Formats: sequence, structure tokens, C-alpha cells
Amino acid sequence: MSLFPTTRRSVVEALGSTDAFERARALDAVVSIYWRPLYKYARIAHRRDDAEDRTQSFLAYVLEKNALASYDTAKASFRTFLRLLFDRHLANEMKAERRLKRGGGAADLPFDEAEAELAREHDRGGSPEEYFQREWARSVFSVAVERLRAGARDDDFALFQAYDLDDARLSYRELGARFGMSETTVTNRLAAMRRHFREHVLDVLRDATASEREFRAEVRALLGVDA
Amino acid sequence: MTWLSDAAVGRLRDAAELPDFSGTRYDLVRELGRGGMGVVYEAHDRELDRRVAIKVLATETASPAAAERMRAEARVVARLEHPGIVPLHDAGTLADGRIYYAMKLVRGQRLDELACGTTELLRILLRVCEAVALAHARGVVHCDLKPQNVMTGTFGEVLVMDWGVARTVDESRVDANTRVLAGTRGFMAPEQERGEPVDARADVYALGAMLRALLVAPPKLLRAIIDKATAADRDARYANAGELAADLVRYLDGAPLAAYRENAFERAGRWLARNRALVAVVVAYLIMRVIVLIAVHR
Repeated sequence: MSLFPTTRRSVVEALGSTDAFERARALDAVVSIYWRPLYKYARIAHRRDDAEDRTQSFLAYVLEKNALASYDTAKASFRTFLRLLFDRHLANEMKAERRLKRGGGAADLPFDEAEAELAREHDRGGSPEEYFQREWARSVFSVAVERLRAGARDDDFALFQAYDLDDARLSYRELGARFGMSETTVTNRLAAMRRHFREHVLDVLRDATASEREFRAEVRALLGVDA
Repeated sequence: MTWLSDAAVGRLRDAAELPDFSGTRYDLVRELGRGGMGVVYEAHDRELDRRVAIKVLATETASPAAAERMRAEARVVARLEHPGIVPLHDAGTLADGRIYYAMKLVRGQRLDELACGTTELLRILLRVCEAVALAHARGVVHCDLKPQNVMTGTFGEVLVMDWGVARTVDESRVDANTRVLAGTRGFMAPEQERGEPVDARADVYALGAMLRALLVAPPKLLRAIIDKATAADRDARYANAGELAADLVRYLDGAPLAAYRENAFERAGRWLARNRALVAVVVAYLIMRVIVLIAVHR
């Protein structure tokens, strides 16, 4: 993993692969980033059962029909393309068809977790598109945090969690007292963890975009530069 | 999966975007602005207890090529020591791997925000020309001169900023196919827009375009300077910013311009305008002689 975007094949590109296995793996990666924003977006206008059905059937549909392969980088960001495709799916699909398709390919998703998140206090203001974008940002950061957790030492992650994730934010001095380390050590370890976190965020975005231009635009959108 | 509150998302956004100044002598104060390649922050230099401006490579543009470009920018600015060019204090790599350089924090107004008269404006542009002339003498072309890239300080300083797309004349010579894609339409020379190699005359064009943009209804002689500086054919322009500055000085002094060939009447009119006192004395003397002659012959 490097600071700079690599030229490796992104999952968005892999979605257009002729190799079904590679395509399925790419879809898994896309699902991990997007299913929560899509589900929460669907929940704005639908009951839980319907939102679950529609999210599952949508993911099954894109896997079976290879619908994401039609993505054109010149027209919109992948995020926008996916949301518009989901909009169309919500409008067009008949409930009976959805139920038939349910479980037809996409992995079972932990909707209870998403429901628990919906029950928590969070910003629901603005248009559905703006809400989708905020939940997309939350999802990208969540995936990056999980990747960070998987690769970090437990005590380093605990330090990062205490300072950057928990809402009861402690000072560096208080963190040092809690974790039994000097303030300088806290500073250095947190700096290293944040550096790794940034690398994971860029990797997640690299996975979810199809061109250098789109990657840069999504970094700007995520980090609030043009938001 | 860990639930991230809105506040946590905000903190993580900062963690991913804000530069990591740990291990340096600087503390982040605030963001000042964003350019094509970098973000400029105000920071506090703990060692010298002063505020500085620090340019950091933007996350979204981070790439080995962009990093090298920014290092090159720092080297270009470092070798241009002039009161009209913002001085570089320090350069290096942050703990998060991003390139940065620290420079003087200029407090004041951008030239496009400044309200002043024509003569004051010309004096400011003259100082811009002098700073750019030094760059040209060092073989450096700014490539993005515009009013937004000139700062006028509280104490009369005039500073040319943002050398992010500057290039050396050698770079153009080494690779004639190198395209200068950066710049600002309206101030960019035609050859720069076409992506051809550029030299000092591209900056001359931009300086002329700045004069045109900032001066409302310039007089004929000033229009001649602007027309020469912004000629579509670069061979018809001033060779560099120094030559343009010299013509501006001549304009302010009422001397003949390189940009304008006068006829005999105009030359006489300009001579009379420049020597009003002498002409007045001579005319007064002649009138007095005439009066005396008339009085004697009566």
C-alpha cells in the first residue's frame, strides 16, 4: 500500500471483465462500499422489508445482468451512475419479481446492522441525493476503518479509536495516562495511524472509481473540498 | 462494522485531508486557499514564533509526478531571491508523505481586489515586471501571471505568487514537445494555449493582458504598450519583462516609447509637454524682448 494512487486495475474496471469469477469478486468489493448507502437511501421512501427486498434484488440484478459493465466514465461518477441505476430499479421492478430474485446471487447482507445505524442519531437533512452522498462517505470511512483495524496492532487501533472515533474525545495527555505512554508516543502513534488511515481511504476510493479523473473528483467530494 | 457518528466522520475527514505536521516545527492554523496542485495553510513556526504560509501537495493530486513538480516549484522559487518574489523558508516531506514548502505569509490584498488610480497601478505593475524580469534573467518563465497571483502587502510590498506551473527555458528547449497545459485563459499567450514550448515572451503577453484587464480606457501610448506586449506573434512582443518594464518607465517619464513610432508633431508636442517650464521662460523672455523693441522704436 502506498501513499500514491497505484495503476492497478480498479474493481469498477473489473466489473466489466469477461471472467465471471473476477466480475463476482469485483461486485463483492463494490457491495461492501455501497450496500449501506443504497439501503439507507431506499429506506427514505420504503419500509424495512421493501427496502431490504429492493436492495437485495438490485444487487442480484446487477450481478446477473452485468449491468454495471455499461458504466461510462465520461458521463458521470460511478457513485452517481449506481444511484441512478438504483433509482430506475426502484421505479421499474415489480415486487413479485424482486421476491423471486431475492437471494439469487448477492450475498446476504446484515440489514439489522444498517437498521441499528438508522436508529442512531445522524444528519438526515437535505435532498435524498445529499443523504446518499453523506452515507456513502460514512461507508467509505467505515470500510477504511475496518481495513485499518485488520492491519494494525490492537493497542494502536485502540488509541486511534479513542481519539478519532469515540465522541468523548480525550486529550493527548489523557490518552497517554489511559494507555500508559508518553504524550510524544501518543502523538507519533496517532500520526502513523492517521497516515495509514489516509492510505486506506485512498485505496477504497481507488477501488471504487474507474479513472484517475474520477478518483480525484471522488477524493474531493469525500474530503469536502467541493462539497 | 464500527458505527461512525457524524462527528467521527468529520474528524476522519480532517484526519484524511489535513496535513500531518508532527515532527516539524509548524502548527497548523487554518487553510488559506487551494490551487491546482496544492493547498496553502497558515501555520505557526514554533522555533521563530512567527506565522508562515505552507503549501502542501493536495491529497487528490498526490502522485509521484505531482510530487516532483512541487519539488521543482520549490527549487525554482528558492533560486529567485528578489523583494518582489515571496521568499521560501523551508521545504521537505511531511510525516504523511506529502511534499510541502514554507514561505513568508503575505498579508494584504490581491491585485484584482485593489482599488487604486492608474499611476499607482502602473507603479505596482512595474514592480511585478521587475520581479518577473529577474526570473527571466534566471531562465524561468512563470506561465500563470494574472492579477490574482499578485499580492500587495500592507507596507507597500508587491509580491508575485504561485510559481506552481513555472518552468525553465531549458525545459522547453530540452523537449520541444513538452506541453504547458496549466495557465489561465485570458492571460495565456496563444503559443501557451496551443501547448507549444514557451519562453519569456509568454509572460510578457500575460503582463500585457494584466494591463489591459486592470486599466480602464488607457490612453493611446499605454494602449500601444499593451498591444505590443500582447501581440499574437511573439516575435513582435517585448523580448522579456525587463524590456516591458523599461517602456513603462519611459511612459511614466514622458520619454519616447519602443512601442510607438511618433510623427514630428507628436515628438514636438511631447517635447513641449516635458519642457513646459523651459518653454514658458523662453516664451516670456521673447515676449519681453518684443515689448522692449516696440518701446524703443516708438
